[in-house]
Amino acid sequence: MVRRYDVELVSVTKRYGETLAVDCISLRIPRSSYCCLLGPSGCGKTSTLRMIAGHESISEGDILIGDVDVAGLPPARRGTAMMFQSYALFPHLSCLDNVAFSLKMRGVAKAERHRRARDFLDLVHMADYAARLPAQLSGGQQQRVALARALIMQPSVFLLDEPLSALDPFLRVQMRQELKRLQRELGISFIHVTHSQEEAMALADLLVVMENGHIRQSGTPREVFERPSSEFIARFIGGHNVLPWKNGMIAIRADRCTLGVVGDGPHVFGRVAVIEYQGPVVRVALTTDAGVEAAALVPDQQFYRQSVGVGDPATLSWPAEAAHELAH
Amino acid sequence: MAISSTGTSAGDERPWTYYALGTLFGAFLVFLYGPMLVIYILSFQGPEGGVTFPMLGASISWFVNIFEPGQMANIPVSFSRSIALATVVSLVTVAISVAAGLAFRRPFPGSSVVFYAAVASLVMPSLLVGFGIGLGFKFLGLEPSLFTSALAAQLTWTLPFGLFAMFAVVNRFDRSWEEAASDLGASSWQRLRYVTLPILLPGIMGVAVTAFTLSYDEYARTTLTIGSKNTLPLEIYALISSATSPTLFAIGTLTTAVSFLLIAVTLLLVFRTQHRRGLMRAG
Repeated sequence: MVRRYDVELVSVTKRYGETLAVDCISLRIPRSSYCCLLGPSGCGKTSTLRMIAGHESISEGDILIGDVDVAGLPPARRGTAMMFQSYALFPHLSCLDNVAFSLKMRGVAKAERHRRARDFLDLVHMADYAARLPAQLSGGQQQRVALARALIMQPSVFLLDEPLSALDPFLRVQMRQELKRLQRELGISFIHVTHSQEEAMALADLLVVMENGHIRQSGTPREVFERPSSEFIARFIGGHNVLPWKNGMIAIRADRCTLGVVGDGPHVFGRVAVIEYQGPVVRVALTTDAGVEAAALVPDQQFYRQSVGVGDPATLSWPAEAAHELAH
Repeated sequence: MAISSTGTSAGDERPWTYYALGTLFGAFLVFLYGPMLVIYILSFQGPEGGVTFPMLGASISWFVNIFEPGQMANIPVSFSRSIALATVVSLVTVAISVAAGLAFRRPFPGSSVVFYAAVASLVMPSLLVGFGIGLGFKFLGLEPSLFTSALAAQLTWTLPFGLFAMFAVVNRFDRSWEEAASDLGASSWQRLRYVTLPILLPGIMGVAVTAFTLSYDEYARTTLTIGSKNTLPLEIYALISSATSPTLFAIGTLTTAVSFLLIAVTLLLVFRTQHRRGLMRAG
């Protein structure tokens, strides 16, 4: 039988003394997928990743990697490799020896392990820096070496703990594309922990939003963005207005809202509180008469045709089908 | 340049306190190094000269005197004893404090009691510690000697120092290095051998040299636990109370040179490794 999932979590719980870090979560990650664990800090995403890696024991439940229960296995025998947030490059070893480290531990002869390490440095475009020590590299270069060092293990699942958070924004976008390219080329699953929804949406095939030790919603980024299941998701994923409506709450995408035109559709009244120019769009935030904050993303051409100022009264309206009821 | 000149730009005079404190510091330096400098200079006293100024010529005859048979025959012997003892003290201190430093990273039941018990020996009066150990040996009918009672007495002094130093070193050790090593398939021995110890090496060298120099010039604890064969400091003390000649100064100059040489070589090694690795931890 062909296996369908690279990783399965079955009712996994992690306790640190009295505190519950991960509360009975279940998750299936299909083969060769890019999975992002997204959530605010302290939501349990990193604990989950570290349990999969084997750096943290599992309090309850099972973790299967490639259909094998990994509970008792040491990190290196799980078929996983991990890239640490700080990269954790060994400061006393050259890039080449860092990458060759796992082969050395397995007793591969020097010439052979250096040859293979060079191939992997090539893969991440760092072949010219083989003799350098980690301290002599920039953050982005260090990350490439850490990538090569993990990938030389030829893992079936690659674990990344906030891999882009230490990079400057420009480099972050560039590395993001590179990670996606590597995942596609290698055909293995990546599990990527992040607190940036932008990063998660750009990368994920499977987006898993966590809060308070629970998985609140999982699906493709598009499913999550178009149908956020709760107020928390709608707010955390961004780009939505969350408004009280009739007997519950609704989420409306801010880019589907319009300003000023009161038609037959649903609308709220308020005053303009903030105007932010964002290039392609202008974000106009209102404080509604009910005291709630709501925003419209207005295409710049449209905004400058009928400009409003801070403090002006305004109406926010939206097509009925753009609203989406939220669970309590 | 603009930054460094702001403090002394025209019309911006230093306050008088700068000069007052500067003078005080100068006086302190003279007080600290003056007497030693006098000893170093007088150790090159001419063959006809005495233990005070003026210098009657200059010679190295007092240095030669140390190694002549008969006169000061015990100095080279006690020197080699001191070196041997300091080497053993240094090795034992490194082994125990590195292991303890790594163990204390995770609190264990009773860890604070163990810690305070270890550190308390720093504040114990040194003479009493030596006295107690000497007495204990006598009580048990054991002969005090270099590598039993004296070694133990010196360890009560070097171990807490080593432990403190290792705490500081281990504090800056990033746990994820070890996790990365396990991730890459290292066994716990391989992890220690190829990752933990090499990364801690500069700190370990520091502990080794500190323990060595502490042992090399230890007096109070050693004097009551050494038995009949003196270490260098005890031998020098015996000489000071029995005889006075510039030979004593020559011994002082020589032993100081040994200490400084040792420290200089270690610092050089440590700085070189540190420099090569740069400020990795900032990463």
